[in-house]
Amino acid sequence: MSELSVLDSRDLPELFAALQRHGFRVVGPTVRDGAIVYDELVSAADLPVGWSDEQEAAHYRLKRRDDDAVFAYAVGPHSWKRFLHPSSLTLWRARRTAAGVTIETPAEELPRLALFGVRSCDLHAIAVLDRVLLGGPFVDPYYAERRSRAFIVAVNCGHFSPSTCFCVSMGTGPKATFGFDLALTEVFEPGRHVFVVEVGTDEGAEVLRQVPHRAAEPWERAAADRVVETTAARMGRRLETAGLKEALYANLEHPRWDDVAQRCLTCGNCTMVCPTCFCFTVEDRTDLTGTVTERVRRLDVCFTTEFTYTAGKPLRQSARSRYRQWLTHKLGSWLDQFGVSGCVGCGRCITWCPVGIDITEEAAAIRSASELGERTR
Amino acid sequence: MREPTGAPPPGANPYIPVPFRVSGRRRETADTVTLRLRSPSGDGLPFEPGQFMMLYVFGVGEVPVSASGAPRRAGILEHTVRAVGPVTRRLVALRRGDWVGVRGPFGRGWPLALAEGFDVLIVAGGLGLAPLRSALLQILAQRDRYRQVTVLYGARSPADLLYRLDLSRWQQRPDLELRVTVDRADERWRGQIGVVPALIAQVERHFEPARTVALVCGPEVMMRFTVRELQKRGVPDDLIYLSLERNMKCALGLCGHCQFGPAFICKDGPVMPFSRLAPFSEIREL
Repeated sequence: MSELSVLDSRDLPELFAALQRHGFRVVGPTVRDGAIVYDELVSAADLPVGWSDEQEAAHYRLKRRDDDAVFAYAVGPHSWKRFLHPSSLTLWRARRTAAGVTIETPAEELPRLALFGVRSCDLHAIAVLDRVLLGGPFVDPYYAERRSRAFIVAVNCGHFSPSTCFCVSMGTGPKATFGFDLALTEVFEPGRHVFVVEVGTDEGAEVLRQVPHRAAEPWERAAADRVVETTAARMGRRLETAGLKEALYANLEHPRWDDVAQRCLTCGNCTMVCPTCFCFTVEDRTDLTGTVTERVRRLDVCFTTEFTYTAGKPLRQSARSRYRQWLTHKLGSWLDQFGVSGCVGCGRCITWCPVGIDITEEAAAIRSASELGERTR
Repeated sequence: MREPTGAPPPGANPYIPVPFRVSGRRRETADTVTLRLRSPSGDGLPFEPGQFMMLYVFGVGEVPVSASGAPRRAGILEHTVRAVGPVTRRLVALRRGDWVGVRGPFGRGWPLALAEGFDVLIVAGGLGLAPLRSALLQILAQRDRYRQVTVLYGARSPADLLYRLDLSRWQQRPDLELRVTVDRADERWRGQIGVVPALIAQVERHFEPARTVALVCGPEVMMRFTVRELQKRGVPDDLIYLSLERNMKCALGLCGHCQFGPAFICKDGPVMPFSRLAPFSEIREL
């Protein structure tokens, strides 16, 4: 086990200052519009100190706490793809000249981002995006650039959403085990409020050196372990993944798809809040003179009919086929394509579905029907 | 984990089209044109028959189009385009000298090496002849590597037939069996009337099913019936190759639009053996 340090909660602003001195723009959780979203943080004061949340299917409310807990909430509607795989991005700009057409990529230097407060499920989601966008045969250069420049401050989950989180069954949490520069565990007990810090990289160690800290005492290590152990033990919701891909492939004509299509609004909220949904479309935007045009990439939603528009018509017309595509891709074909599930158990799609469709419930319904089918066969 | 790859070298950005110019244009039918594109630098984009390119019209957009020309001509591409949407309408309207951006080639092409020493049965419907023309041109350039070569081609009407000059040349070759049919004849049509899959029964003595590689491209319903006819005669599923069409925005396996079950048509296809498609072939709206 790597060496653990302790950062007093009063010194959290020092960590921000150290990151900023290193040239990072810090992005992380903050309260806005009645939710905890991810945005640029000027200082530690922008963090949702003293806030918690309440999440259920189709339900999200902020709640005030009577203490100064910094990370006492589960993941909100945003995910880190907002910064690493942005929803709108100019791929290139072309200019028509007498000699032909010249094409350039945007030249502006990107800021180095410090992603502050990345939960374990979201570390796994970033690892999933790495496979999708960097795994080849083609590498996405825009993602690669943002990704390679990012610094990650992870947070182990001491607070989670009992009605929506299911990372334990996905093997994606609640403890951050890889992919971070620094990982914090908030130990909040009466009279004590500290962060136990684990260093993941040399750069993480360098940042920590500039922040007041001390070696963790045995009781502090134990307290940090207890935080994630308690979360893991209390997480009731689960998604049974063994054999799920096969069950989905074997049940593509199952009546449950009709059933869920009766409820699904095909709004695409699930894809927008999903930390791994990566699909995009492109748009060409031309100026008024017609000499300069931009190719802009926008994240896209497989719940639209336009998504499959081919040779004059959409291939997936029914809501049933579009929901089926999303779920079987996420939980099934993703494994064939990228060697890993597209779901990290963050529960965002459950919370933000306006009609409360629950991915774990739909998957279980298809699976139990499948097992029933096998028994009677 | 933090640095999975460095930033790619400049110039390696796979989203950026390469400049080409229209060097020739042949009207095929009322709404379909074959464009010949030439690279100003003289460097081509060497491709395999069955692969496709993304063709970009300045300020309008980009579409996937199969290569339909001979693969080994440096710096020259041929693409047959039907005016269906905003981009293809602009492509068919391009004139000699106009600028076109090209990315590619992408995907997996026809299994022409695998087919060496086999009978080759080409079945094309409508615009599906375009990617198969490229395969046929290569096969005919190396004719002695293949056993019997048969081409079955169907169009909606005589006016919809592509590549008339090629068809009349192919018709005269003794080492190629060509059958053409139309769904609806006009008063001048002296040929066959009917759907393409029905032609298979007519050419049974031209292929030995177990030693045949079938190359099929056309509307999905035509391909479905063609596969049934081939299966009925004993052509193995892993020797029946189809070229599929899906919406594509990137052609790089990144945009997610072209999925068909576990496959990305842009990188696992567009040409795939039926044995890989079979588990999903009867699923509607997949």
